[in-house]
Amino acid sequence: MSDSLRFEYQVSGEDFTRAGEASSDIKNKLKKMGADPLAVRKVAIAMYEGEINLVIHGGGGEIIVDILPDKIVMDLIDHGPGIADISLAMQEGYSTAPDQIRSLGFGAGMGLPNMKKYTDEMEITSAVGEGTTVHMVVYFM
Amino acid sequence: MTLEEIRKILDADLLTTGNDLSHSVHSACGSDMMSDVLAYVKEDGILITGLCNPQVMRTAEMMDTVAVIFVRGKRPDENMLSMAKDIGLCVMSTELTMFIACGKLYSAGLCCGGVKN
Repeated sequence: MSDSLRFEYQVSGEDFTRAGEASSDIKNKLKKMGADPLAVRKVAIAMYEGEINLVIHGGGGEIIVDILPDKIVMDLIDHGPGIADISLAMQEGYSTAPDQIRSLGFGAGMGLPNMKKYTDEMEITSAVGEGTTVHMVVYFM
Repeated sequence: MTLEEIRKILDADLLTTGNDLSHSVHSACGSDMMSDVLAYVKEDGILITGLCNPQVMRTAEMMDTVAVIFVRGKRPDENMLSMAKDIGLCVMSTELTMFIACGKLYSAGLCCGGVKN
């Protein structure tokens, strides 16, 4: 993989059942490219968690994935309510998700910590009332 | 333990085969919280759950799970089964409860937890 590739996805905030389609597509693309399986798995899980967050918290948004020779860069952008306290949001078990989301199997406060766990770099930029951008990087071994 | 042995132990209906019922698995996880599955579960195991929505299939796909077994007679709809077929995921349904299903598999020797240390 010597060339860089960019893939962009629009994620609907209104259809929980379709959440994960972008992550599935990226995972399949990376597998077909013969990318390092560990990196593929890390990207798939981190991006899926982020995609779920876009639907649950961000009201939908955009995902931009850049596949570079040595790494995969993911930017997840929403224009939702933003995160008031990022350090609190990073704590395992802290969640603002409603009970309805928990009944669907998510909202346990594991999303952001899990994204950090499965990526080599992660940075959150957020402003209340304006939205959130999560920047993640996974390096190929 | 092979997927076919698991099917027999749980008296489960096979809804989609995935790759091969002779595939051997060494770990299992029982959970209705996909957040926890994504956080802790090992790859190449089986997922036993009472949750029945498309995100179960997506979670299994991301985790490289070999099979999903729905308990309490839960049955995925056609859309979910179509997703499972695309992923190559084995799907079964058993009338057993989560507790009994996990207990039977554990007693039969599938005693390596599906959760990372």
